[in-house]
Amino acid sequence: MSGPTPAHRAAERAARQSYGKLVAYLAARTGDVAVAEDALADAFAAALASWPTRGVPQTPEAWLLAAARRRMIDMARRRRTREAATERLLLSVEEVAAEMDPADVPDWRLRLMFACAHPAIDAAMRGPLMLQTVLGLDAAAIAAAFLTAPKAMSQRLVRAKRRIHDTGIPFRLPDRADLPARLDAVLEAIYAAFGAGWPDPSGLDARRQGLLDEAVWLGHVVVSLLPEEPEGLGLLALMLHAGARRGARRSANGDYLPLSEQNPALWDAAAIDEAEQLLERASSLGRIGRFQLEAAVQSVHAARRSSGRTDWHAIVELYDGLLALTQSPVVAVNRAVALSETAGAVAGLAALDELAQDARLAAYQPCWAARAELLARLGRRASADAAYAQAILLEPDGVVRRFLEQRRSRIRPNSA
Amino acid sequence: MQYILAVYGDERAAESTPREQMTEIVNAYMAYTKALQDAKVLVASNRLRPTSAATTLRTVDGQTKVLDGPFAETKEQLGGYYLIDVPDLDAALNWAKRCPGVRHGSIEVRPIWVM
Repeated sequence: MSGPTPAHRAAERAARQSYGKLVAYLAARTGDVAVAEDALADAFAAALASWPTRGVPQTPEAWLLAAARRRMIDMARRRRTREAATERLLLSVEEVAAEMDPADVPDWRLRLMFACAHPAIDAAMRGPLMLQTVLGLDAAAIAAAFLTAPKAMSQRLVRAKRRIHDTGIPFRLPDRADLPARLDAVLEAIYAAFGAGWPDPSGLDARRQGLLDEAVWLGHVVVSLLPEEPEGLGLLALMLHAGARRGARRSANGDYLPLSEQNPALWDAAAIDEAEQLLERASSLGRIGRFQLEAAVQSVHAARRSSGRTDWHAIVELYDGLLALTQSPVVAVNRAVALSETAGAVAGLAALDELAQDARLAAYQPCWAARAELLARLGRRASADAAYAQAILLEPDGVVRRFLEQRRSRIRPNSA
Repeated sequence: MQYILAVYGDERAAESTPREQMTEIVNAYMAYTKALQDAKVLVASNRLRPTSAATTLRTVDGQTKVLDGPFAETKEQLGGYYLIDVPDLDAALNWAKRCPGVRHGSIEVRPIWVM
């Protein structure tokens, strides 16, 4: 079994890029994402089928648009008997398409992203919406990544797009005053897409694996169009750092390896270098933020590649900053774990105990696993055993469950 | 696009608001209405009498009945509306944020159906 060749990937990239640009432009001009997608659907499918073998045409947007216009005329003809509004929309798409210079289509993908991540759109749908409209992923692939039934995902996507149109969500960059908050929503959605692709390092489900790359790509789009926004740079650095370790997360026989047991030689050096450069650029802009801090934590971990050790004091400090900024209980758990490395298991456990009242952590597996590890280190076997049991119960991934079972069996005096 | 900004609030709380404070609120609404007029976005606006003045028609088993009171008992009631004409949702939301009603209750922003 061999995956797609680099040339294939490059051609697919080109097709998705041109498609995204055209959807963004047509949607912005007509206010209707669904119609823009409809108009381009067949042309995009044809591009995905032909470019990887026949090569990317010289003016990719012109190629797609020519194919799409045939389809639009066809659609307009077929829908003549339907709503006048649909008819009008198709005509306006056709009009816009006719007046644009396909060799010089402005890149409005960022406007499309801002529309997808608008506060009037359900936060859970922003990531899926971006993956579909900007990258042209199909609902089934998105559903698989977000652990949703394809039909339900497809319906939600349709509804969200209708909502963009019906509520009059604009396709433009937010005002300067609104930009930080609105950009944050875009970055959150991209990170959600990345997170959805994360749990499958073995790549058994190619569609979920692909999502990591797609999210990174969305990050690249944001950075290329808003190069002076440090949080965009921070998010991309964060995703590259995490992604650099994806191949090292399993042992040769498929077992789960926690970060501390991974072999840094297996990390993707090029991705780490790129992440470091981005992070440096971000910090030179002098506006710290959540994603930059998270990326900085990853950067400290990545330094183990050359130094052979992990600077846990630096990590605790970064988590302090993150906690002050976000008040996130997940950050607090990570901070407690880091603290156990600098101040010992008792201190780490005390920090976790302070979080015990937080109902949001009751079903958060890493919190239970961290507690179990620290209890085990302190020789409190019965409590550790119970905490492991809870962590195992909460973990959906069988490989990680097996890892937790192994850790648990170490502390069992009567284990075989 | 035209949007309706439907202003919801607790009528009972409004009833027990002291007179001076009520005057302040009325003044704030007048200033807001003027701002909408000056920006040439206001199409129409009205304040509604409380739901105690509402009469509701409902057809049950083919019979249309006249009922006293609002269509439903809710914590917040529709107290008035602004109909505005602005380019997009962001513009509508920005106007809604400035509405005095947002401090006492909720503003529902809904586009008008274009036929």
